[in-house]
Amino acid sequence: MKYVLLFCGDADDAAAFAALTPDELRARYAEVGAWFAEHRARIGGSNQLQGPETATSVRFGPDGPPVVTDGPYLEGKEAIGGYAEVDVADLDEALRMARTWPGRGTVEIRPVATRG
Amino acid sequence: MAGTRDRGDPPRRDEGLTPAPDNRIAAAQDSLAAAFREESSRLTASVTRILGGDFAAAEEVVQDALLAAWQQWPADGVPDQPAAWLRTVARRRAIDVLRRDLRYRDRLAATAFPAGPATGLAAGPATGSVAGPGGDEEDDRLMLIFTCCHPALATEAQVALTLRTVCGLTTAEIARAFLVSEAAIIQRLTRARRKIAAAGIPYRVPDGDELAQRLTGVLAVVYLLFNEGYLTSAGDRPQRRDLTGDAEWLAGLLARLMPAEPEVAGLVALIRLHRARAAARFDDAGRLVLLRYQDRSRWRHADIAAATDLLVRAGQRRRPGPYQLQAAIVACHAEAPSWQDTDWTQILLLYDALLEHLPSAVVRLHRTIALGQVMGPEKALSEADTLAPLLDRYHLLHATRAEFLRALGRHDEARRADERALGLTGNPAERALLEQRLA
Repeated sequence: MKYVLLFCGDADDAAAFAALTPDELRARYAEVGAWFAEHRARIGGSNQLQGPETATSVRFGPDGPPVVTDGPYLEGKEAIGGYAEVDVADLDEALRMARTWPGRGTVEIRPVATRG
Repeated sequence: MAGTRDRGDPPRRDEGLTPAPDNRIAAAQDSLAAAFREESSRLTASVTRILGGDFAAAEEVVQDALLAAWQQWPADGVPDQPAAWLRTVARRRAIDVLRRDLRYRDRLAATAFPAGPATGLAAGPATGSVAGPGGDEEDDRLMLIFTCCHPALATEAQVALTLRTVCGLTTAEIARAFLVSEAAIIQRLTRARRKIAAAGIPYRVPDGDELAQRLTGVLAVVYLLFNEGYLTSAGDRPQRRDLTGDAEWLAGLLARLMPAEPEVAGLVALIRLHRARAAARFDDAGRLVLLRYQDRSRWRHADIAAATDLLVRAGQRRRPGPYQLQAAIVACHAEAPSWQDTDWTQILLLYDALLEHLPSAVVRLHRTIALGQVMGPEKALSEADTLAPLLDRYHLLHATRAEFLRALGRHDEARRADERALGLTGNPAERALLEQRLA
């Protein structure tokens, strides 16, 4: 089954990340790199996203042209920091991957919609 | 739709069936009810496996089989082996589902079941399909329980699904137990089944490190069921289903399926020890009777001895846990001849051990009772006071403080604490007790 792992975090997670020393930051990136390497066979597309302050939203109302606004769709303190598409046997396997995610914060697991 | 399927449940014996004019019908109903509980989860489990983990389809097949029994037994007589009869019908229907549905073609080829034309039911149950304990069927049931209690489902969905699928309660019975509408329960079940399918929740018992973690979740569901029943079995709401029996049955099933897990045995012992003393918990007016004032001759002492024995055997595996420790505390009380002649020192030690596994404020509050008996009410009161910031909205904190204050002769403060407790509980039996104290 295909899932997308959404790597999310709130303001506290962002603050904790910002507080990492350069050495800790290097170690964290090394862990994340090792995680991707370990699961390479199961991971399709994946990307880290730039911060929500760089987001632009195009919102469709009931009528009229769409409205372009500065900022992310998700309002408030939570933000999506990245994603990975994974192809695994079932939710338990996706959960095992998510549990070992070294990036902290919250990992949301969403099954990919299929036809039929 | 799932909703209509749920309403198609055959009624169970405890739903007050109209007496049948024909004795054969009554006999059929009795046999069905007797076979139902054990069989429904067993059937659902093995059919779910045949259908490759398709929960919703499996339940439909089982309901069909039970309905067939409901219609045929009164007319044709109850078969010699009702359970085996149900199994034969359910499996045959499961194979029909596989044949009908293209998605299952591959699976059909892989199943061990004969794909040829079904033989007549009159020939009796298929031979060799009734596995004993420890067979594949038991594994199927364990898979069913672990799937129902998957942490990806909300707790209330886990509870409803377990009651429906494993315990075989009707949606009406579940609704009655939780005082919510049947429509709400049906919706809860439908959502849960959809999520199982859509999110790819596997039909499997986890292994290795995952098993311990997942078993904790399964036991939590059983314990929640028990607690729900225990707290509400005051007798003031006779229409409300008593879930303690369902919880005991489920825990017992789990213990049979996982005989090497001491915490499962611990939970069984805990539930049985509580139930053995249930008769003395309320007075004739439906008021709660505190342990200290209970008529201990009304306890079922043979059951207490058996549960304690079970607990001792679990303890020999040397893997203590919160359920074994809680059961041990209850066993200390259950074996004591009176409140005064209770081994409070032992109970205090057990609470200390329990806190290492379950460091909660509520456990610390319960520990203060034992602390009061061993070290005196002053010490216990000051410990209870430290819990005030955490448990200020919990009526038992104030009721417990009232006890210590009374023991210290501080009657005005005790009264205020009891009043506070009364304002925080809606449970009629507890309210009656507190009102009596304040009168």
